[in-house]
Amino acid sequence: MPQTDSTVRTRPISLPRLLKGKNLGVVLAILFFAAYPLVITSPFYVQIIIRVFVYAIAAQAWNIIGGYAGQVSLCQAVFFGMGAFTSAYLMVHYDIIPWIGLIAGAILSMVLAVIIGFPTFRLVGRYFAIATMGLGEIAQIIVLNTSLLGGAVGIWLPVLPDSFKYMQFHKSKLPYYYIAFVIAIATYAAVAWLEKSKIGYYLRAIKADQQAAESLGIDSRKYKLIAFMISAAITGIIGGFYANYVLVVDPFSVLPRSFSSMLLLMSVIGGVGTLWGPLYGAAIVMPLTELTRGFLGAGGRGLDVMIYAILIIIIILFEPQGIQGVIKRVKVRLAR
Amino acid sequence: MLTVIQVALTGLLTGFAYALIAAGLNFIYGIMGLINFSHGASLMLSMYFAYWAWALFGIDPIFMIPINALLLAVIGVGIYKGGARRVINSSFLSQAVLTFGIASLFVSGAQFLWETNFRLVDAQILEGGITVGPFEFGLPHLGASVVCALAFGILYWFINKTEMGRVIQAVSEDRQAAALMGIDTERVFTLGWAIGLACVGVAGAVVTTFFPVFPTVGDRFVLYSFVAVVLGGFGSVSGAFIGGLVVGIIENVAGVFVLPAMKMAIVYALFFITLLVRPMGLFGRY
Repeated sequence: MPQTDSTVRTRPISLPRLLKGKNLGVVLAILFFAAYPLVITSPFYVQIIIRVFVYAIAAQAWNIIGGYAGQVSLCQAVFFGMGAFTSAYLMVHYDIIPWIGLIAGAILSMVLAVIIGFPTFRLVGRYFAIATMGLGEIAQIIVLNTSLLGGAVGIWLPVLPDSFKYMQFHKSKLPYYYIAFVIAIATYAAVAWLEKSKIGYYLRAIKADQQAAESLGIDSRKYKLIAFMISAAITGIIGGFYANYVLVVDPFSVLPRSFSSMLLLMSVIGGVGTLWGPLYGAAIVMPLTELTRGFLGAGGRGLDVMIYAILIIIIILFEPQGIQGVIKRVKVRLAR
Repeated sequence: MLTVIQVALTGLLTGFAYALIAAGLNFIYGIMGLINFSHGASLMLSMYFAYWAWALFGIDPIFMIPINALLLAVIGVGIYKGGARRVINSSFLSQAVLTFGIASLFVSGAQFLWETNFRLVDAQILEGGITVGPFEFGLPHLGASVVCALAFGILYWFINKTEMGRVIQAVSEDRQAAALMGIDTERVFTLGWAIGLACVGVAGAVVTTFFPVFPTVGDRFVLYSFVAVVLGGFGSVSGAFIGGLVVGIIENVAGVFVLPAMKMAIVYALFFITLLVRPMGLFGRY
């Protein structure tokens, strides 16, 4: 898997290479998703995939710190909420366009990541996890009680006529779809690069054995912080997008602990610490829950959660590497 | 000033429930190093058992205490044999994911079966209040705390004064050495889950006497019991118990000085600070 020299690409991008093996898969996937909303025009089904993108991006962001670096973060909702609230607040109070709001949200999330990470990264694995869990709770409670951010009601973005500048599209969901799609491509490309970069190797070393890594001269806290910042920035950006997509931002929808844990669970289902794991996870869980809810559970009876809970239990017991693990096993089987 | 003491004492009563739940959580962690994120969901189930026994059969929650303990012990063994056993030696992530999954399953199952309404037991044997000096206490509340204290007493006696208790301590200290000495660790783990969840069963039955029941009620209690475990120290059951009492007191006292809605934030802040400053808590071993 690791090539000879990871930082220098000596082979140019060319059509034959693009069509080889796993690259072909990626190209096909991109074409599929690009064409999807043009073929399946029903808003319900387009909306499902938009949500898949949102979660796939957020789960991949978690994957950077939780999967690659091995630091199980349960406070990702805080960054998502930070991005969402920043964008919404700037829009409502200062008429700042969402595109800038997204960047602002990302920056603030990064700052928050450093503030959170600095004291907590010295904690060992499980303590870090429950510390972030506590932080997530604190964040939700504080925002719930901050009238500046709308308290329990939250911030409602004004519904404006269709405009690219203000990221509002009402005649069709397509622009939202493609914006999310582009963010997804950027995120996955970034993580693909990260995986093969020096930082990526350092993170994996830290995950495998932090003490050994440190004895080799790797500044674990620095790289954990970098990973956390990247993770927070991405989550902040997609949080900002989400705010402009649904036009309502409140502490119950963007800051719940269920959001943080869902990112984790999706990544595990798909394959934690792998490039495509979060996408597989999101692509399976999101449609599963949306369709179950749409067709079976108008009463909010929790059937969708039950199905995905059973799924996660089965996966963790029988194939902890998730779907990526299943794929590997199949490949090994076929290669014999 | 009197209000503060009154509030603190009321908090202390609730604290006994947190304490017992935390003791159960810590018991499991101490023996096998597994943080059980489904502890709260199990509490929720035990509360529902007590509620339905009362609603359908008129059984007062007091009588459900031993029944609940038994039922939850069975559930605990089920969780262990059904899945937890396989992740005992796995990464923290696997353990967290499994127990999160079980918690989701319980909660969504409860939502599906019993809907999200708040249910309250409102006619029971122990009712009304009692006045001790300038302070008032609800009788159900008082009864609950007495039962929890007793349950903990039994747990403490079991761990420290019985042969089996010493076996359990041995496994907590060094699993491999214990196995080399001929201890059946599998049996100890099973017992650990059974007892850990039996604590939750008892706590659930008594909490139902003064707290409403709904599918996500476990969340609140389990987070507080996490705080209690951290305060008291991972690995120390008595520490967790004291931690629970502290949480109960702080939660209520904080409610006097800040917005009641923010009192949970104060508790979590304390939790966070303890983790940073003294992660092994007051009596912890890890």
